[in-house]
Amino acid sequence: MTNILDLPMQRRNLLKAGGALVVSFSLAPRAVSAADPAAWPLREVAPDTVASYLVIDGQGEVTLFCGKVELGTGVFTALKQMVAEELYLPMARVHTVQGDTALTPDQGPTDSSFTIQIGGMQIRRAAASARAALLDQAAARLSLPKAQLVIQEGAISARAGGPRLSYAQLVGGDVLQIKLNPDAPLKDPKDYTLVGKSVPRLDIPAKVFGQFDYVHDLKLPGMLHARMVHPKAVGASLEAWNDDACKGIPGYLRAVRKGRFLAVLASNEWAAIKAATTIKTTWSAWDGLPEQADLFDYVRHSKIDRNEVLQEAGGPATTPQPGERSLKATYELTLNTHGSIGPSCAVAHFVDGRLTVWTPSQASHFLRQQLATMLGLGEDKVRCIYIEGAGCYGRNGADDCSSEAALIAMQIGQPVRLQWMREDEHGWDPKGPATLLDYAATLDAQDRITDWKADIFLPERPTRRSGMTLLAAVLADLPRFGPDTPGIYKPGLGIAYDLPKNKLTAHWLLDTPLPAAWIRAPARMQNTFANESFFDEIAAATGADPFEMRVRHLTDKRGLELLERLRTFAKWQPRGSRARDSGTMVRGRGMAYVKYELVRTYVAMVADVVVDRSSGAVKVERVWVVHDCGQIINPDGLRNQIEGGVVQATSRSVVEKLTFSRSAVTSLDWGSYPILTFPDVPEVFVELIDRPTEVPWGAGEPITAVVPGAIANAVFDATGARVRSVPFRPDTVLAALAEAKRS
Amino acid sequence: MTQIIKLKVNGTARELHVDDPQMPLLYALRDELGLHGLHFGCGLAQCGACTVHYDGEALRSCVMPVAAVAGADIVTLEGLGTPEKPHPLQQAFIDEQAAQCGYCINGMIMQAAALLAKNKRPTEAQVREALAANLCKCGTHVRILRAVMRAAERMA
Repeated sequence: MTNILDLPMQRRNLLKAGGALVVSFSLAPRAVSAADPAAWPLREVAPDTVASYLVIDGQGEVTLFCGKVELGTGVFTALKQMVAEELYLPMARVHTVQGDTALTPDQGPTDSSFTIQIGGMQIRRAAASARAALLDQAAARLSLPKAQLVIQEGAISARAGGPRLSYAQLVGGDVLQIKLNPDAPLKDPKDYTLVGKSVPRLDIPAKVFGQFDYVHDLKLPGMLHARMVHPKAVGASLEAWNDDACKGIPGYLRAVRKGRFLAVLASNEWAAIKAATTIKTTWSAWDGLPEQADLFDYVRHSKIDRNEVLQEAGGPATTPQPGERSLKATYELTLNTHGSIGPSCAVAHFVDGRLTVWTPSQASHFLRQQLATMLGLGEDKVRCIYIEGAGCYGRNGADDCSSEAALIAMQIGQPVRLQWMREDEHGWDPKGPATLLDYAATLDAQDRITDWKADIFLPERPTRRSGMTLLAAVLADLPRFGPDTPGIYKPGLGIAYDLPKNKLTAHWLLDTPLPAAWIRAPARMQNTFANESFFDEIAAATGADPFEMRVRHLTDKRGLELLERLRTFAKWQPRGSRARDSGTMVRGRGMAYVKYELVRTYVAMVADVVVDRSSGAVKVERVWVVHDCGQIINPDGLRNQIEGGVVQATSRSVVEKLTFSRSAVTSLDWGSYPILTFPDVPEVFVELIDRPTEVPWGAGEPITAVVPGAIANAVFDATGARVRSVPFRPDTVLAALAEAKRS
Repeated sequence: MTQIIKLKVNGTARELHVDDPQMPLLYALRDELGLHGLHFGCGLAQCGACTVHYDGEALRSCVMPVAAVAGADIVTLEGLGTPEKPHPLQQAFIDEQAAQCGYCINGMIMQAAALLAKNKRPTEAQVREALAANLCKCGTHVRILRAVMRAAERMA
């Protein structure tokens, strides 16, 4: 009996072609050639088959075919560690193919910090299934029970010694073809040699020597260059255009127009850039955006699709009794752009009825569905191949740029590279939506919370699979995959403290000022900011220490351990143990905690800030973090994500503010949309709690969630003023200081 | 009309064939010479992703007309060091694992190299100031600072 099946020769060769693609890509990164669409490799990518994820070839080399992609967070090093670990192989013998719809299984978008937690666990299970099959095969060949076998460096032998059967011998020149076995035993963490180690990231050397190939670097024979001429206003129509003046630009070819979609094409990049600014256009007037100053009024009065109770405990709210008191607060967080340092870029080629798109999308399989619908092609006629772009932190412009490249490619039959300019990315990436939150609590005569109520106003994304409409479909008025449903996916909202009565109601808005999509810790950062701010307000109102207050409302052992470790790590002094600073520059400390999405990664942080009371400037000087995401795959990779998450979320908390007119986004560059820079970057101290026998959870988003709350609470500690509007820019802080003085 | 612009790139004499002398150097280096270490980030000299060295000084290649660098000595990330012979900054960035997406890293290394060429033992505050106009959105700053300080120590 064997689980290793022979495959027909034709299929085997196709698989080998897939393997060869990997090798040529990693050995000769500049040699990315135009894939001949007629020779698309065919591969089984069913999610329940080991070979969809892993191929062990006749040389005993393993190729991981991963539907999740490397967005610059280091997950591919971690995933290789997991595969090599489970298969007892050196990492150098594990190769990877990622996010290619023709080669990799659909493991869902690379989002929500789920790559290790979900994608990695599927892959670990696939590797364990492969190992179990190889052990079965070796046991049969050696006529020994499996218990008497050992595996070392990709070979199996009797524990007592004797001949070693390599994976290559066991596979016998064929491809391992077995079903995922949910009962295949996983390697015991006490035997780990790779998981839990800070293996250096595999992509960093190429990135520091200028040898890494981003999608921006892809060059195909005969490739043309395109630039978009996006509407002057979000909803403007193109009334007239004229490219006569472009015809003198050497290399200029022509414009591509469909409805409100206008692009220029050239044989070289600079000609396309010049043409995009030279072409004459007349756009209709459009002023459908709200006044920026009225943004949160607009959100509050937006039409509500429906109300949904997302968390409820302890029965209906009661009216405060004599001796009880109520607290109320409203929190607001402005729109953010993703702000990728490299504007989106994609390359597309349509030939013989088939479209290939090289894309930095975080969701290549979903993009394929969307493109097929938009262009009226069968899904089997569209292939999306992931190539890393600049960090995206969510659904930035990558998919939109890819859709525009695809639409241009359909008209020309030659490969085309579309690179967005800075103003395209700042102006047209979908935004993290403005979010409004109302909180109320009742305290009894002993200052205990008897009732906690939260209301959140934001646009909805009904399911994880419903996505942002592609910009090309919007501009050219082409069919969309599913309804236009910008917004935020809902699971995981709520609060993780033990409260006698607790209710969170989401008010799903039908409208949002600009197209909205997810940015790191979508809605969770907003929800956690309000939770942790309001908790801190209650602590202050009742004279309680913020740590003590949280400890009193937790029974979760891991949460309690985390808080105690942070209290020690940050050398926390009980609130009230020192007088508030006087003078202009005042210092303060604040903290925040989250059990992310109520069910996974625990993280808490302390922030030290200094506030300039005369200018309103807030500077975050130092941050302490304790983080528990269960089993750690790569501690240094995890630290990198936590440090980065602190800095990025600090930027969103104190600096980043999108501006817009009634017609369009006006913060179109880094001058008008500043981000945190080196002089203002805090020192970050991180303590990791490793739990090797627990499942691994996600990292990256969880730390993001606690940052604005910890900073706001530190500003209060420093000044006695509550900042309830993110970002805490000088005008917001001065207004809060003035309000605190009044009350 | 095509013009020929002569310059030195990474120690080698090169001729660039350009239709427009106003074209920024970035496109000549990336598209004509195939040097991909530098990246297009903003085209406005605001982010630093396109930084190269021009006669030893850090230069934003996205706004420098190619005609203005005729005869210049240009060094790109590829010319700063190689895997076989890394510049101390490149080694330090590897040692400190100072990258996430890495798109900005070219500018970080090139800007820091220009600093260290002038100031061999900068304080951390001086490094922060020198990199103040180099943007990173992944939040890799704390590692980049460690890497630059480490390289400075090694070079001193």
